[in-house]
Amino acid sequence: MALLELERISAQYPGTTAPVLADISLTLGPQQLLVALGPSGSGKTSLLNLIAGFVAPSSGRITLDGVPVKGPSAERGVVFQDDALLPWQNVLDNVAFGLQLTGVARPQREAKAREMLALVDLAGFEQRQVWQLSGGQKQRVGLARALAADPRVLLMDEPFGALDAFTREQMQELLLQVWQRSAKPVFLITHDIEEAVFLATDLVLLAPNPGQIVERLHLDFGQRYAAGEPARAIKSDPLFIETREHVLAQVFNQRLALQAEARV
Amino acid sequence: MTSYEASLNTEQVSSADALGDLPSAPAQRRALSTRLISALTLVSLVALWWAVTAFGLIEPLFLPPPSAVLQKGWLLATTGYMESTLWQHLGASLGRIGLALLIAVLTAIPVGIAIGRNRIAQGILDPLIEFYRPIPPLAYLPLIVIWCGIGELSKVLLIYLAIFAPIAIATATGVRTVDPAKLHAAQSLGATRSQLIRHVILPSALPDILTGVRIGLGVGWSTLVAAELIAATSGLGFMVQSAAQFLVTDVVILGILVIAVIAFALEMSLRALQRRLVPWHGQSH
Repeated sequence: MALLELERISAQYPGTTAPVLADISLTLGPQQLLVALGPSGSGKTSLLNLIAGFVAPSSGRITLDGVPVKGPSAERGVVFQDDALLPWQNVLDNVAFGLQLTGVARPQREAKAREMLALVDLAGFEQRQVWQLSGGQKQRVGLARALAADPRVLLMDEPFGALDAFTREQMQELLLQVWQRSAKPVFLITHDIEEAVFLATDLVLLAPNPGQIVERLHLDFGQRYAAGEPARAIKSDPLFIETREHVLAQVFNQRLALQAEARV
Repeated sequence: MTSYEASLNTEQVSSADALGDLPSAPAQRRALSTRLISALTLVSLVALWWAVTAFGLIEPLFLPPPSAVLQKGWLLATTGYMESTLWQHLGASLGRIGLALLIAVLTAIPVGIAIGRNRIAQGILDPLIEFYRPIPPLAYLPLIVIWCGIGELSKVLLIYLAIFAPIAIATATGVRTVDPAKLHAAQSLGATRSQLIRHVILPSALPDILTGVRIGLGVGWSTLVAAELIAATSGLGFMVQSAAQFLVTDVVILGILVIAVIAFALEMSLRALQRRLVPWHGQSH
């Protein structure tokens, strides 16, 4: 079982002294869906890039099952905000791409890719071209592609940020189903408060300047959905609304504090 | 429908859309009429040519009638001129540019990738290419002739140099503008450096590479014909030049027309290749 650990991570952009992230510690284990929520500038994407291995931390340690993270690898799958699919490959080849890179023979990798496309409700789209898909469909292909490589953990960089409200809700529900079925730890970043509260088993709230964790919450709305409760019922549950408003208040408090700081 | 007409057609439709017209019927009629105008222009040009020669306004020595050029064309294709047929001259020219293009593609694309990916390679190669690229190839042809003689080697080398720079520069541009998200995506699926180049960077840069090949072929063809005018014993440029020395004007005109047709055909086939190889180019994705 995968266990991702971040110990006292700090990071800064090359050539600058101001840290983007300061003293971040996190753990992500099995059955967890960890959501990092924060306004722009709070270092969410930097945090994901660190875990994915695209950039290295200036201090601290990131380990997956005790092995230090050094650079990107197939054991940490990433779903990107703007799908990042390869338009010169059709849908099936895009999903099978990770397996192609590791040298899996065509029949096996296509079988696996078909299985993943079925998992994200895109059976029958195998031969489509990427540019023929809608935004939501592209994100599902991106999710299927990341899952097909069978990563230990799944990282999602504002995956539904560019989608319309209807599609976003569908995708959130799809993600919870896939998370439940694939049993992979998921780390997701978002700036959408309702999305964060709905999906997270564990929610960390990030504040900017420098990016730091100001609150951690343990939630169960996503698990309730996965257990069969309808999404609308959960989202209109007073407890859900209360949690959402609490998080919203926290975000506003930070902003006020920042403004006050700026005035002094 | 040729690609030229097809591109005209889409331009027509989009401009009709922009004006808020009903898109289908009027656009169709206007697209047809544009092509008709182009065809009429060509027909009237030939008619004018025929008229001024038929009424004796210009001496055949300066401008032979179209029929004479056609007849000469038949003669050239069957019996030949200066000991070679038109096909042999054409073959000589196409062989030279084909060989030069092949070597240029095989060398310029790796060089372009190196420039685009590697800071040291960029530091070494960029100034070299930027130094020789603006020099008209005919300016260094004499030097190449001194070094390599007047054989096939110097002509192929000259065209190669003319084609190399546009392809290398276009490849480097394409490589530099690869979407970083696509690179990250491939890396997080376990891609190695060579897999990144093979599966992400090359396909991403392909539209730019093909544009570079198009520009390079245009420059290469002009350079080739010019080089054959100066130093050759076969090829279309040589045919035109030697015919001009004996005032065989119909061969000169025929040669120029063939050179134009080949240039047009090269451009069109590359555009077709571009559409075929990179159908995603220009699609919003």
